[in-house]
This record gives sequence, structure tokens and C-alpha cells, in this order.
Amino acid sequence: MMNNGFSMQRMLSVARKEFLHIIRDPATLFFALFIPVLELFMLGYAINTNVSNVPTVIFDAANTKDSENLVRAFENSKDFRIVRQVYSDLDVSQAIVAGKAKVGIIIPQDYSKNLESRRTAYLKVIVDGSESNVAAEAINVSNALALRDSLQRIIGSQFLPVEVSPQILFNPDTRSANFFIPGLMVVMCQMMAIMLSANAIVREKENGTLEQLFMTPVKAPELILGKLIPYLVLTFVEFCTILFLMRTVFQVPIAGHVLTLLALTLPFVFAMLGLGLYISTRVGTREAAGQMAMGTMMPSIFLSGYVFPLDSMPWPFWYIAQVFPTTWLIDAARGVILRGAGWRELWIHSAVLWSMGIFSFALAMMKFHKRLT
Amino acid sequence: MLGMNAPFQNGLTIDARDVTVRFGTFTAVNKVNLTVSQGEVFGLLGPNGSGKTTLIRGLCGLLPFAEGVATVLGRDVTAESEAVRSQIGYMSQKFSLYEDLTARENMDFYSGIYGLSPAKTHERQDFLIELSGLAPYMERRAGRLSGGWKQRLALVCALLHEPKLIFLDEPTAGIDPVARRDLWNLLFRLSAEGISLVVTTHYMDEAERCARVGYIYMANLLAVGTPADLKKLPGVTPLGTRWLEIFGTDSAALLEKLRGNLRVQQATIFGQSIHALVEADATAADLGVGSARVVDTEPSLEDVFVTISRAQAMNTNA
Repeated sequence: MMNNGFSMQRMLSVARKEFLHIIRDPATLFFALFIPVLELFMLGYAINTNVSNVPTVIFDAANTKDSENLVRAFENSKDFRIVRQVYSDLDVSQAIVAGKAKVGIIIPQDYSKNLESRRTAYLKVIVDGSESNVAAEAINVSNALALRDSLQRIIGSQFLPVEVSPQILFNPDTRSANFFIPGLMVVMCQMMAIMLSANAIVREKENGTLEQLFMTPVKAPELILGKLIPYLVLTFVEFCTILFLMRTVFQVPIAGHVLTLLALTLPFVFAMLGLGLYISTRVGTREAAGQMAMGTMMPSIFLSGYVFPLDSMPWPFWYIAQVFPTTWLIDAARGVILRGAGWRELWIHSAVLWSMGIFSFALAMMKFHKRLT
Repeated sequence: MLGMNAPFQNGLTIDARDVTVRFGTFTAVNKVNLTVSQGEVFGLLGPNGSGKTTLIRGLCGLLPFAEGVATVLGRDVTAESEAVRSQIGYMSQKFSLYEDLTARENMDFYSGIYGLSPAKTHERQDFLIELSGLAPYMERRAGRLSGGWKQRLALVCALLHEPKLIFLDEPTAGIDPVARRDLWNLLFRLSAEGISLVVTTHYMDEAERCARVGYIYMANLLAVGTPADLKKLPGVTPLGTRWLEIFGTDSAALLEKLRGNLRVQQATIFGQSIHALVEADATAADLGVGSARVVDTEPSLEDVFVTISRAQAMNTNA
């Protein structure tokens, strides 16, 4: 009966017991599997970073043929939605302050007069800057409309000397879902792995069963690995569910190989479970574990490039972001799903994620003292 | 019962010498000497926080000794803690079961953790289910068992691997009297099979059932012996004093009066009567108990523990 090495039997006993805990706790199971799917639908349908239908008010003080054409040009662009015609500058600013419109366009009285006398005719565009991407888009489109109008007036019926012919690779319709869902998949995976494993040891501490376990011959690696197996399985089930829904419901094409993606996800999940277990060994209550898990998740969600592009961050944040496994897997997931990247492009991601996984795992193991002190 | 009756070095299941456990500068267990023989039921008593649980953890090899050595089941606890742990059973204060698992699942888990083969698991589980009477409750979740059955399940889980020594930390706290008696009957059956038991308790009637009792107070083991030996300790009945049992109609008023009397060293209500330690030559008249009946008595175990605790507290303060 004496066995000083690693015991498969003991590890599997722990795994089996932990699996029973999961299926006996419907609240956790619900939280783990259903909530991420709900969030997928919420984010998948609601989030659209492509600006369109910006509510706009127009004050056409000129009221000429030129100004009417201009108003029609704005109306015809999908970016603006004219909600109201108003009749004073004050009305325009009031509509913006009241939140009824994000953009106000004022065509001054002397608009046509200036055009005719070959002076620059000004068009006032007032933008609510509180939503920066909407504001930027509104200004860009206004400029483009004005520029096209100007060019037509200058060169008349001649052809344009230079024109851009854009070709968008990988996400030709620039759908937000294609960009967001691969990231969301990773973030959900992270959330679940950390939340589940952060509770794993703390729950036994709270119930006093850990003290009982210490009295048995079970060893730290057997206990920790045994606890991780069911969580690993559950996290992968969830990952695959979201992947499946992404492909079928949201019609995001997968350019690369699903297996490549799953192989990259494995070390990531290890890293997250290791981190969760580390939290679990450090704190005494489930509340504290939950808070600490949240605390580690927030920065990695915001800095991982999930929502905000990494390239536009100031350089210190760019470096901080490289520390998060989430950053690496989101990049790799987008690579596989959107750009069809394979091992040739992603081997470095794999190496980094495996190092991080092993590191966090070793950290958890070291912190988990077998002695009760 | 493999090797169950093989004696250990000098026949002792536990042989602790000068064991000391410190947490930083705080000494939780101070130079404790303790022996437990094979098949003995040893009671460990003492107030909360006195060091009982710490001593047990130390004897299981979970806490390092700052001083001293302990041999448990013939092995050095510090050097061979894993080996020791695979041969001892432990039942913690809270019957640490997995409440969301059924009784059987709990037993299966501990069978696996202790590395029992499938055949052995089957044999032991059948034997212990029979012994404990748990059969009708095997498919019930541990959380839905009553206190008494939870406690039996916890004990059974601690017995699966055929330990030769079992530590029970307050096994009867919060359990009804019938369940308490049933558990003690079970413990005596185990003892008869040669298994040694170390039981901590706050109940004096349970202490009286133990073959030997140790009393820990503020990290020190103040007294060890059979309940009868402890009652004869010189410190409990100092020279020139004797123990009286006084039966009055109004025990509360009587107690007040006795405590104010200079010839009375201590007095406590004891059921229907009062136990008092008085100067040997003090008469009923000296004590002013009026018509109350006064008889000589021997101190109860509680008297013993209270008296030696006071003496120790006075020594420490002096």
C-alpha cells in the first residue's frame, strides 16, 4: 500500500469527485455554460463598431439649390440619418445637448453666394465628441462629401487624377462580429477557467475537507491535477460551443484549421487554471477568491486587444499587454479564424503560451503547501 | 486484519517526548510527553485553544515540531509523515464530508485516495456499512444525513484503509445523546480489535469512559492518567483540605454563601448538589450551611480539571 511516487489512482479519484461536484451544482454549471452563450448572442448581435445612421439635424440657412443638393448628399449617405430640419443655430446646439442628434450641419446663408463669387463656402459641422469614433467618422464623411463636391466644381466633367481602390482582406464586409467573436471566445474561456479553479481549493478550505485531505496520503500534484481535469474538459466544451455558434449562427468563416486553434487553446487554459488555483491557495473565502479573480481578469480583458486595438496603445501598455496569455491567444485566434494562419505563423504564440501555462501551474503547485501552516 | 496485532517498539502506538509546536513566538504545545498503548482509548481534554488540535496535527506529521520527537506506529512522525499518515485515521471537528456527494460517493472517494484496490474497497465498504448500520443511507447525499449519521459516515471514511490509530477531534460535538452512546459503543468495538483511539472531548462523561485521560491547559499537558488516578492527584486535594458534597434546598443561595466563606477554597454547583473544597477541619457549622446535608466525596473529573487549571494559572501569573 505504501507508494511514494505519483499515484494515478489518487489523481483520478480527485478528478471523479470534482466532476461530481460540478454536476451537483447546477448554479455553477449554468454560470459556466449558459452565461457565456448568452453573452455571445448579446455581443454578437448588439456590438457594431461600424458607424452608421448617426442622428443628424440640419439647419439650412441658405435654402438654395446648392444647399438642397448638399442636404440630399448627406441624406443619401448611409452614415447620417437626418432626424430633423431646424431653423436656427440655437436649435442645432439644443438638439445636440438634448442628445436628440449627434451631428448638426449648418449651411450658412451666404453659402451659394460664396460659391458663385468663387470664394470658399463654409459648411459648419457640429459634432458631439463624447463618442469619439462616431465623431471621427462623422467628420471623415463630411470632409469626403465636401471634397467630392469641391472636385466636381473644379474639374467639371474631367476624370479624377487619383483614386483609391480599397481591397479589404480577411473580413471583406468589415463585420464587427468577425472581429469580436474570436476575442470573446478567448475572454469567456478565461473567465470560466479562472472562476472555476479559483473556487477549487477555497471551497475545501471553507468546508473543512481540506484539513481531512491533508491527513490522507494524497500529494499536492495529484490533488491539483485531479481538480484541473474536469475544469479543463468543461472549458473546452464551452470553447467548442462558442466556436460552433460563431460558425453557424454568426456565419463567421474559419479560414484556418480548428485543430490548430484548439492546440493553441490548451496551454492557455492551463495558464488560466493555474492562475485560478494560485488565487485559491492564497485566499480563505470564496468571496475573496471571486474578487481576486475579477481583479486579474479586468486588466487582461481591456489590454488584450479584445476591444481596443493593441497598436494604438501607448508603448508601456503594449509591453504590459504582452504579459497576458489572453493577448497571445486572441491574436492567435484571429489569426487562425480570420487570416487562415497556421503553425508557421503561430509557433511563437504556442511557445509563449506553453511557457506561461507551465509557469502559472508551477507557481500554484509551489504555493500549495501540503502542511497546514 | 493484516498485522493488526503486531506490537510496535515498546508496545506503544504513540510515544511523544518533549514535543513542542510554535507559531512564530507563540508556543501552542509546550514540551508534551505522551504515550498511548495499542488498543487504548485515550481522552484528550482541555479548554478551546489549549492546544489539543495542534497536538493532534503535530502527531500526524502535519506541523513541524520545534523541539522533541514523536514515534507513531513505530515510525518517526517528522521523517516518515507520509507513511504514518497512510496508517492513521482522522476525523475532524466538523465531520468533513462532501455534502453534495452521496454517502457511497464519499466512501468511494476516500477508498481511492487511500489507494485501495477494487476488491479491497468492496470488502472494506461492505464490512463498515454492516458495522455502522449505514446501509439504508448509502445513496443519500451526506448533507441530508442527520448529525449522528454524518458522524458515522465520517468515521467510516476514516476507517476504510484499516488504520491502526484513529484521531477523533470532538467527534460528538452537537450530536444527540443516543447517537453519542452509539458512537462510543462503536469506538469500544474498534478498541477491542486492537485499534488505538485518541479522542478529544468536552464531555466529562465521555472522559470517564476513556482508559486514560490527558488534560491540556495553555499548551501544557498538566495531567495524564486513568480517571481514578487523576482524582487522587495530590494537587487536586491539597494537604489539609477535603472535598464535600452539600445537598441544600436552594443551591444558588448556598453557593453564594460558600464562596464568601474564607474556609472554602472553591465551590461549584454539581447537578442537585454543590461540590466544595474546604479546610479539612471545617465543620458544617463553620461553613454556615445550616440544615443542608453534608457528605465527604471524591472530586469529579471536572473538579480535577478546574483545580489544576487554577493552580497552573496562578503559577504562570506569579
